[in-house]
Amino acid sequence: MRRVKQLNGSQQIGAAILACLVGFAFLEWLLNGTDPAVQNLGNLFAAPSLAEPLGTDQFGRSMLARMGAALRLSLLLSLVCVLTSATIGVALGVLAGWREGWIDRIVSFVLNMVLALPGLVLILLFAGLAPGSLLMLYLGISLVLWVEYFRVVRAITRASVASSPMQASRMLGFGSFYCFKRHVWPALLTPVLTLAAFGAAASILALAALGFVAVGLRPPTAELGLMMVELFPYYSEAPWVLAQPVFAVFLLIIALNLLAGKTK
Amino acid sequence: MIGLLLRRLLQAAFVCWSIGTLTFILLRLLPGDMEFRIAAGRYGHDNVDLAAAEAVRAELGLDQPVWQLYLNWLLDLMRFNLGDSLVSGLPVVHEMLHLLEHTLMLAGAATVVSLLIAIPVGLYAALKANGWFDRLSLMVSAFLRAQPIFMIGLALILLFSLELRMLPVAGFDGPRYLVLPAISLALAMAAVSSRVVRHSASEVFRSAFFTFSRIKGLTFRQAFLRHGLRNCSLPVVVFLGIQLASVIEGVVMIESLFSWPGLGHGLAHAIFSRDVPMIQGAAIALGLIFVGLNLIVDLTCYAIDPRSREAA
Repeated sequence: MRRVKQLNGSQQIGAAILACLVGFAFLEWLLNGTDPAVQNLGNLFAAPSLAEPLGTDQFGRSMLARMGAALRLSLLLSLVCVLTSATIGVALGVLAGWREGWIDRIVSFVLNMVLALPGLVLILLFAGLAPGSLLMLYLGISLVLWVEYFRVVRAITRASVASSPMQASRMLGFGSFYCFKRHVWPALLTPVLTLAAFGAAASILALAALGFVAVGLRPPTAELGLMMVELFPYYSEAPWVLAQPVFAVFLLIIALNLLAGKTK
Repeated sequence: MIGLLLRRLLQAAFVCWSIGTLTFILLRLLPGDMEFRIAAGRYGHDNVDLAAAEAVRAELGLDQPVWQLYLNWLLDLMRFNLGDSLVSGLPVVHEMLHLLEHTLMLAGAATVVSLLIAIPVGLYAALKANGWFDRLSLMVSAFLRAQPIFMIGLALILLFSLELRMLPVAGFDGPRYLVLPAISLALAMAAVSSRVVRHSASEVFRSAFFTFSRIKGLTFRQAFLRHGLRNCSLPVVVFLGIQLASVIEGVVMIESLFSWPGLGHGLAHAIFSRDVPMIQGAAIALGLIFVGLNLIVDLTCYAIDPRSREAA
């Protein structure tokens, strides 16, 4: 709660939008029993009503259920990707920045290998060699994302290990764990949280982008990018249905960008 | 200067090696027999039988041990022999050169347009920092950045092709087809780079050396051309280098959206049809473009900033 109060105005707006989206995705799962894959071909593109608050799509599937499922998918995937990449990136970054030596050299070598390629191409490669697998998408996205954490964490760790407060602690005989908790971790926290917000936005965009070029998940999975492609041919018949995934991605990204705050 | 070139050359070799190895490993990790999969890609899923799979195995020498296959794979890479497409049967290198041309055309046009948008917008916003134009450009840029890049393309298609019927929807058959893809890519790039131009220009306008040159009696124009331009262009060029990765990503999206016959579309298409040599070829070509553009950025920085020359 203390952290929430520290956020500035636009960050609070971002957090509020994100909380609404998470709330929608979660409540839909909890309260709405409709299966997102159930078709009802007699009820195509129904306008929003009490029974179908968000209308139905080209196969008469409930858009409420599909939006809920798609949002849960995007949010969960981004959460898992961010957690994985942040854990790996921070752990390796602290190790490499603190111990230096061969760990630093090996990890930096791998880092250069990943950086030599544009991120999406790497994700596409992973996705392409096993199409339709969520696991490959997750691996690809995490592999691209950890690099940023590593770079930032390594630089900060180096600076704080060399700082005089840390030197003093070491000389007073405090152990490594205490030094890490007292000197390194506080310096890492804010940049890592910022990176996490950007990373979540990047993984949501990547998932939608892969769905869009038809190498990501396969229909009938409810996924935001895939829904856009599927609904686009019907834009003149049912613009409100096409608008839903578009608006959802827009809200997700803008919320995360606002939450990340100003980039320096 | 030479160190700079060598570093990028090393990176290029790295790209080829890592993509080659990655494709090789992932190819091996896939479930199922390779020869059956390749046969399915070639003849269609209904026409695969043992004889077809055996023919593929004999032709590609798939019964050799793994390390030997890997060595052969790398040797072929070193000779720029990327193999033949599994679908069309044509050499991959030949197809890549064709696609490369279109991708470079698109990326070049988009970069030029994005600079034409970003520089005036950024400079004007910096001149009137925190004025209404500055805030408006910030809002537009935040709005554009919150879209996946293909949404910008889709919106432009809806507006200019389907509603106004001014420009073709997709494909490539003359310069008219370049307009929409280039503009969508350029808008996405300018959304970010206009803010960078604005920040670096306003830093320069507020700096001590700029104030001094004005106090000295130079007009704003003289001071800007003599002292401002070079200083504020450096962060912009450096940033363009960082943005390149997203340009390549944008190229993949936009080409797929507009069926533009370039590398990104080729890559997505190859992935869709499981054409592994084409996947590898397109990924390597995109990686090499990335390295090449980075090199151009390095050289530009070298030309702009005399301070970096001693370090390099």
